[in-house]
Amino acid sequence: MAYSSSQQTAGAGAAVSLENLVRTFGSVRALDGLSLKIEPGEFMALLGPSGCGKTTALRVLAGFELLDSGRVVVDGVDLSNVNARKRDMGMVFQSYSLFPNMNALNNVAFGLRMRKQAASQRRKKAGELLEMVGLADQAAKYPHQMSGGQQQRVALARALAIEPRVLLLDEPLSALDAMVRAELRDQIRSLQQRLAITTVFVTHDQEEVLSMADRVCVMSRGHIEQVATPAELYSRPGTAFVAQFVGISSRVPVDVANKEVVIFGQRCPIRSGDSSSVVGAADALLRPEDIAIEVDPNGKGFVTRKSFLGAMTRLVIQIGDTSVRVDVRSDAGADIDLGTHVRPSIVARDVLVAPRKEITAVDTSATPPPPTVS
Amino acid sequence: MAPLSGAGSVFEVSEAENQTVPEFSTGTIRRRRRVRWWRVVVLLLSGAFFIIPLYAGIKFSLQNVQGHFSFQAYEKLPSAPGFTGALTLSLKIALVTMVVSTLLMVPTAIYVHVRLPRLRRLLDVVTVLPIVIPPIVLIIGVLGVFPLWAKSSPYLLSFMYVILSMPFVYRSLDAGLGAIDLKTLTEASRSLGGNWLTTMWRIVLPNIRPALLSATVLTLALVFGEYTMASLDLWTTIPVWIAQFQVSTDGPIQVAASMMGLIGTWILLMLVVSIDRSQSRRTRRKQGA
Repeated sequence: MAYSSSQQTAGAGAAVSLENLVRTFGSVRALDGLSLKIEPGEFMALLGPSGCGKTTALRVLAGFELLDSGRVVVDGVDLSNVNARKRDMGMVFQSYSLFPNMNALNNVAFGLRMRKQAASQRRKKAGELLEMVGLADQAAKYPHQMSGGQQQRVALARALAIEPRVLLLDEPLSALDAMVRAELRDQIRSLQQRLAITTVFVTHDQEEVLSMADRVCVMSRGHIEQVATPAELYSRPGTAFVAQFVGISSRVPVDVANKEVVIFGQRCPIRSGDSSSVVGAADALLRPEDIAIEVDPNGKGFVTRKSFLGAMTRLVIQIGDTSVRVDVRSDAGADIDLGTHVRPSIVARDVLVAPRKEITAVDTSATPPPPTVS
Repeated sequence: MAPLSGAGSVFEVSEAENQTVPEFSTGTIRRRRRVRWWRVVVLLLSGAFFIIPLYAGIKFSLQNVQGHFSFQAYEKLPSAPGFTGALTLSLKIALVTMVVSTLLMVPTAIYVHVRLPRLRRLLDVVTVLPIVIPPIVLIIGVLGVFPLWAKSSPYLLSFMYVILSMPFVYRSLDAGLGAIDLKTLTEASRSLGGNWLTTMWRIVLPNIRPALLSATVLTLALVFGEYTMASLDLWTTIPVWIAQFQVSTDGPIQVAASMMGLIGTWILLMLVVSIDRSQSRRTRRKQGA
């Protein structure tokens, strides 16, 4: 198939459908009936803690893992039993995967060579792709002569060279330092949007997901918790797991009655969806911005920790046996010292609640650590 | 294909990221090291341990009957009865051993690394067995079991030497494969359309070439040094020829043969390494062009 800029920008993304995927490793069910549809040209992120099955799902899609049951369908064709080398899926790996015995140009041209393209054609296309990722002048360099960021960009060019139907990104930024990571993140997204290539991105980094993906599939223990846009995922988490895993949530014990709860003496409706079935003892899951505080010497809460986050300052407020995290503007937060008594109030229009036992069962191994005093 | 944005690529790269990894050489870095006396002593002692026997052997082989310096032993060596035949036989056996050993062990080691990493420990133990079991036990067992046509072929020794060299060959390959991210490289190759043969030939083997060469040289050294099996199987390889030679009259020739074997292996090792280096340079120049 000829490679041209017109094709690259025409939006040649494929529709991907993962249907009831099951994959077990011994007694561990890595994929437990996972089903997901990805639209052509969509940037789908698989997010979840370690061991949730996201990498297994990606490897199944790439053809590196065999399925116990289920189907991988791309553009209506069942690829479940098709060899990885015949799937036409470009993959960028977490670890640097450039072939050490080849320079950047030959790494990019490798897939074209496997497709029996003429040497002159291969060199031309590989050169163009290196130019696209901003590394035209590094064509003769070997992997050991390049930085991590450069290597991953060559790997991206190599994956794109074969004009893949689906681009698979397996935590490609995790080995890079923060500055390069942020830069490459924006560049990958920009390139993906320009090429309109269907992309599946695996990560456990929420910031990457929220800034890059069209939709996010949050996974836990081999199944899907929620598939939604980043904004929806953050503002309307469907389950307690999502609320805890994506962003920051504080748990406040409440009693649910008549689809209402009382928090800090304030009556609040509970969010529709999974929450609405909860009755009795439960926990409310509150985002830092769901809570407002007012300095009040007679207030029930007092500040126990304070973290400067730039424009915002995060405070940890102790109220009886419960502690909640609250974000305030840094200019206002500057006046609040540790030990200051405050009066909290709920500013969210509704709150997400979950049965107490469900929350305690949630795997929080990959949730961000609590803020510290700065 | 035109760049994605007007002025250039979408990848506007920061200076910091585009800095390539500096290549350090000993010439550019001046290190101030304090020479510790005990290091020098250890170096001298270990050097003496290896050099004194070699020196004694070379000195003895360079003496004539009167005890004067002479190349007589080396001059006589090619025409010594049976030497050429023994050398040819050893070379043939070594070649077959190296080919069979490589064909057997390279795919095995790669397969275990990629598909069955849990078996690595088991293989570690299994491949040590030839060292634990004395060669005499192995050869007597083989001679008792194998049919006459097999026993009458010198290449039965190759079969035995493949087993004997297994610990060295496997460990060398294991170390080479362990030094690269084999799983990721093979998966990257497969995702780009490479089959197993292409992946082995173009990706894996070039990246374990030093380990492969090391395994080959170790096999060669083993074949040129093994006496017990060859002797019991009644084949006059170089070690057997040396042992059978008349020590009383032609001692210097005997030692000269040993020295030639040793020096020959070294020369071969240097040759193999230099060929590998020049090949790598040529490949890089070609790729860079």
